[in-house]
Amino acid sequence: MIQAKGIHKQFGALHVLKGVDLDVAERELVFIIGPSGSGKSTMLRCLNRLEVPTAGSVVVDGIDLLDPRTDLNHARQRIGMVFQSFNLYPHMTALGNVTLALRKVAGKSRAEADEIGHAALARVGLAERADHRPGQLSGGQQQRVAIARAIALEPRVMLFDEPTSALDPELVGSVLGVMRSLRESGMTMVVVSHEMGFARAAADRVLFMDDGLIVEQGPPAQIFEAPVHARTRGFISQIQRH
Amino acid sequence: MGGWERFAETFLNAKVMERYWPDIVAGLGTTIELAALIVLSGLAAGLALAVLRSFGVRVVNWAIVFVVDLFRALPPLVIIVLIYFGLPSIDVVPSGFVSTWLSLALVLMAFSEEIFWAGITAIPRGQWEAARSTGLGFGETLAHVILPQALRITIPPLTNRTIAITKGTALGSVVAVTEILGQASSAVSNSYNPSPLTLGAAAYLVLFLPVVIFGRWVERKFR
Amino acid sequence: MIDTFFNATIMAQAWPIILAGLGNTLALSLMVVPLGLAGGMALALLSTLRSPWVRWPLMAWVDFFRAFPPLVLLIFLYAGLPFAGLELGGFACVGIAFFLNTGAYYGEVLRAGIESVAPGQIEAARSTGLTRLQALIWIVLPQAVRAVLPDLLSNTLEVVKLTSLASVVALPELLFQARQAQSLTYNPTPIVAAAVVYFLLLWPLVRLLSRLENRAVAAR
Repeated sequence: MIQAKGIHKQFGALHVLKGVDLDVAERELVFIIGPSGSGKSTMLRCLNRLEVPTAGSVVVDGIDLLDPRTDLNHARQRIGMVFQSFNLYPHMTALGNVTLALRKVAGKSRAEADEIGHAALARVGLAERADHRPGQLSGGQQQRVAIARAIALEPRVMLFDEPTSALDPELVGSVLGVMRSLRESGMTMVVVSHEMGFARAAADRVLFMDDGLIVEQGPPAQIFEAPVHARTRGFISQIQRH
Repeated sequence: MGGWERFAETFLNAKVMERYWPDIVAGLGTTIELAALIVLSGLAAGLALAVLRSFGVRVVNWAIVFVVDLFRALPPLVIIVLIYFGLPSIDVVPSGFVSTWLSLALVLMAFSEEIFWAGITAIPRGQWEAARSTGLGFGETLAHVILPQALRITIPPLTNRTIAITKGTALGSVVAVTEILGQASSAVSNSYNPSPLTLGAAAYLVLFLPVVIFGRWVERKFR
Repeated sequence: MIDTFFNATIMAQAWPIILAGLGNTLALSLMVVPLGLAGGMALALLSTLRSPWVRWPLMAWVDFFRAFPPLVLLIFLYAGLPFAGLELGGFACVGIAFFLNTGAYYGEVLRAGIESVAPGQIEAARSTGLTRLQALIWIVLPQAVRAVLPDLLSNTLEVVKLTSLASVVALPELLFQARQAQSLTYNPTPIVAAAVVYFLLLWPLVRLLSRLENRAVAAR
C-alpha cells in the first residue's frame, strides 16, 4: 500500500531523514517509535507530502506523490491524517469539520455530506455531539472528531502523528479504542506514538527510528522483549521505566 | 444682552440655522456616501492584498509591503492634495470627491492589509496542515478555514482604524468637496455667522458618536 | 512625466521653502506630541478613580473628541471663535485642537495599558507604604507604558501626520510650504517633494511599528 524509498529530508543544514525505506502492506499496522528528534514525525509527514522529501520516492496506493503531475489534493483524500494537536477548525461544528472536505473536494451535496458525516461521527462514538464546537468538547472527543474527519473521506491509509500525546491520561483510552476498531475493520495504518501497550496489542510491526534512520524493526514481541540493537534496548528500557 | 444670549445669538442663531440646515443635511448625505465608498473599496482592496500576499511570491510581497508602508507614512491630506492638484498636470482631472475617495481608500487599504495579514499569520500552521491533509487546496483552505478565523480576530482593530480613517472625509473640504464641513464653511462665509459650523459639528457627532460607541462595544465583545 | 512630477529646476528653486516647512513640521510635532501625551496621561490617571461621577464624564469626553474630526475642531476654533471676539491665531488653535483630539486617543491607549497591569502590583506597592499616586506613577505607569508601547508609537505616527492639517490654518509647515511653492511655480514637483520628505521622515517608524505589531500577533 505504501512504498517509500530512500527518503532524505534536510532543513537547511539539519539532516532529519538520512535515507529511510518503508513498505507497508495492505491492512498492516506499522508502529513507529523513537526518541524526539529522531525524524519519525517528519517521516510520517512525508507520506502525504506535508513535507516534501529532499530525495527519494513515495508511492501510496499506486500514486506517486512526488510526481508533479499528481493531483495532490485528490491523493490526500485517500491518506487520512490525525495530528497531535487535533487541529480541528474552531469556527465550525464537529459535523462541519467532518463534512468540509466532503463538500469542497469530493463534491458531495450538503445532504449527502451530512449523512456521511453523521455516520463517521457515530463510528467514533460521537453521534450526539455533531452540533458541538471543538471548544465545547474534551480533548479526547476532539481527537475522535479529527479521526472522523479523516475516515469520512474513506481513506485507504491512515497516518497518526502522536494522536494521544496531548491528552490527559484518562482520555487516552477512548481514542485508542477508536483506533483499535479501525484496525479491526482492516484499515492500513501508520502510527507514531509512545503508547506501547497499544503497540503490543495491535501492531503488526514496530519500527525503531533514531537519528534519521530505521535502526531496527520486527514484530512487537521481538522489539519490546528482545531488541537486538543497543540503542533500541536503551530506548525501550527508558520508556518502560515510566 | 447677557453673556449667554450673546453666545446663543452667535453660535446658535436660529435664523441662520433655519436658513442653512438643508445645506448641512445635503453635506451629511455627501459625507455618508463618501464614507461608505471609502470603507467598501478600502477594506476590499486591503483584503485582496492580504490574500495575494499569502501566496508568498517574494517580489509581489515586497511590492505590497512597500505600498502599505507608503500609505501608512503619508498624511492623508498630502495624498489628497497630491492627487487633486498634481494629476491635472498630466491632464487627469479628478474631482475633489474622487480625490478624497481615492486617497482615503488607499490609506484604509494599507492599514487594513496590515491588519488582515496579521490575522492570517496568527492562525496556527496546524490549521493549514489539517485542511491540506484532507485534500483541500490552497484557496479552499484560505477561504473556508483560515479567513473565517482570521477575520474574527481582526474585527476590533479593523473597526477602530476604519472609524479613524472615515473621519478623514472632512479633509475633502480642502479640495472643495461639499461634504458637511465644506457646506458649513461656505455657509459661515455667506451668513457671516458661525452657527452653521455648530450645526456641522452636531452633524458629525450624530454620524460618528454612535460609530465610536459601537467600536467600544465591538472591542469588548471580541476581546 | 519626469519633467512634470520630478522637475529638477523647480526642485532646486523650491528646496529652501520645503526645508523650512520640514523644520516647522518637526517643531510643531515636538509641541503637539508632548501636549497630547500630557492630556492623555491626565485622562488615564483620572480614569483610575473608580467613581462613576468621574468615569462617565471622562468616557463621554473621550468619545466626543474621538467622534469629532480634528479638522472640524480646528476650523471651529480658527473660524468660529473669532465671532465671539476670541482670535487665537493659527498656532494656538492647532495647539488646543491637538491637545483635545490626540489627548483623547493617547488617553484611551494609556488607560488600556493601566488596566492591563495586575491589581496585585498596586496592592504590593501600597503594602510597602507608597501612596496611591506614588504607586501609580512608580509602579503601574512604567509597566503600562511598556505594555502599550506599540499603540503609543502608532498614535504618535498619526499625530505627526496630522500636523499637516495646520496647513489649512496657514501655519507654514511642510504641506503648506509645498503648496505655496506649487502655486508659485505652477508645477506639482514641490508637493511630490513634500510627500517624499514625509515618507523618508516616517518610514523608519512605520517599519518599526510593523515589526512590533507582528511580534504582538505572534505572541498570541
